[in-house]
Amino acid sequence: MAKITYIEHDGTEHAIDVKTGLTVMEGAVKNNIPGIDADCGGACACATCHVYVDEAWLAKTGTRSAMEESMLDFAEGVQDNSRLSCQIKVSDELDGLVVTMPESQH
Amino acid sequence: MSDASAHVVIVGAGHAGGTAAALLRQYGHEGPITLIGDEPIAPYQRPPLSKAWLKGEADADSLALKPTEFYAENRIDFRPSVTAYKLDRGAKTVALSDGSTVSYDALILATGARAIALPIEGADLSGILFLRTDAHAEALKAQVGPGKKLAVVGGGYIGLEVAASGRALGAEVVVLEREPRILARVACGALSDFFQGYHEKHGVRFELGATAAAFVGENGHVTGVKLADGRVIDCDAVVVGVGAHPNDELAKDAGLECARGVVVDLDARSVTDPAIFAIGDVSHRPMPIYDRMFRMESVPNALEQAKQAASAITGRPRPAGECPWQWSDQFDLKLQIAGYAFDVDEILLRGDPATAKFAVFHLKGDQVQSVEAINSPPEFMMGKQLILSRKPVNKAKLADPSVSMKEVAA
Repeated sequence: MAKITYIEHDGTEHAIDVKTGLTVMEGAVKNNIPGIDADCGGACACATCHVYVDEAWLAKTGTRSAMEESMLDFAEGVQDNSRLSCQIKVSDELDGLVVTMPESQH
Repeated sequence: MSDASAHVVIVGAGHAGGTAAALLRQYGHEGPITLIGDEPIAPYQRPPLSKAWLKGEADADSLALKPTEFYAENRIDFRPSVTAYKLDRGAKTVALSDGSTVSYDALILATGARAIALPIEGADLSGILFLRTDAHAEALKAQVGPGKKLAVVGGGYIGLEVAASGRALGAEVVVLEREPRILARVACGALSDFFQGYHEKHGVRFELGATAAAFVGENGHVTGVKLADGRVIDCDAVVVGVGAHPNDELAKDAGLECARGVVVDLDARSVTDPAIFAIGDVSHRPMPIYDRMFRMESVPNALEQAKQAASAITGRPRPAGECPWQWSDQFDLKLQIAGYAFDVDEILLRGDPATAKFAVFHLKGDQVQSVEAINSPPEFMMGKQLILSRKPVNKAKLADPSVSMKEVAA
């Protein structure tokens, strides 16, 4: 279990306990948190689960895969700390993780 | 309609219905929500059934759209294993198979589509399977494994995904396709050839121009598919993937306009009755970028229309127009398709199929109508934007993979 804080674009915070083994995307979707659409359910096919990873957590959340990199390249509002949240697996290591949602998922 | 106390009844607890229920709460709907499903379990994702789930890489928990407790916690009255059989639009009620009747202020029909069965001899033998529900997938999983012979009737995307997963599980797989090429209804010849070649390399056998005439069996279980030319293809199980039919009978019987699906407007609202919406596979909807109405069978469409209906019911602005899309995973191939190939006068290949990394663009004049991208996210992502914007493209640049997609679209 890891506590993850999801911050909507308007600043609304949701602190959720997410089971180890799920992805950061699944933690949001299963708790009905607005701002992460995840149309493809985690197949890395749609780039609608885009988040900004809090700088302090960048190293622990790992690096983008090639597929993720090229999907993100065409998403809106991409920054250096952009990730597709379906590609970040939750582990005890990520307890305290903070991610922020972009303005839109298109 | 933006009545916070309105009772919203959703018939159909699939991807569309389950998402609509969750979005209504997310959008602040306060009134009661009733979610009626004819399956015994809460809404789940169907796409993995032919892919990750079948291969044992995903479990039931990960398939569920929401955890079981979500529905009670969010005051969604989820009623599993119940079928809605009569809609009374005058009284605004739906009669259910458990003997009860529910009243609605707004009704969302999300009844989906059902697999088409082959009306041929032997169709009632055991071991003849479909793939729409998790029960179907359970039955299939029990039949595939090392040394088992699996026959897939229908060389569409479902059939090919099952074939790929079947091979991954060690089964011998043969795909029987009635047309002279696989994916005949949904893809161009170049893509058909590519997928056939890739599957053959992974040990899948194809019989093209092969019409299933009968199923043969022993002791009530299928042992082969008899083709129209008299040959019998031996098998231990069959998966039939020859298309789906919308479950629009409830709507039709109640006098809602239907055209292979319930006819709706841009809010997913029935053109006949403003209190009724139809979303997902059962909906026949307008698609302004193609200037026509049609029915789609895809998760992105189910989600989009769930958003449209939930927005209309809660008085939010209509979501921006979307570019329809879908995806498929077979072996290590990621296929992403944007748009539909309507009114196409030119097909343009970008990249080399031999590298398993290429895209097929379908053009109408110099506008992109659709793109099929194999292991090519930039082509897919930019193609989606070009389809939506209707912006003319430079074909010479588009055909040249050394010119980046960003430059093509600039």
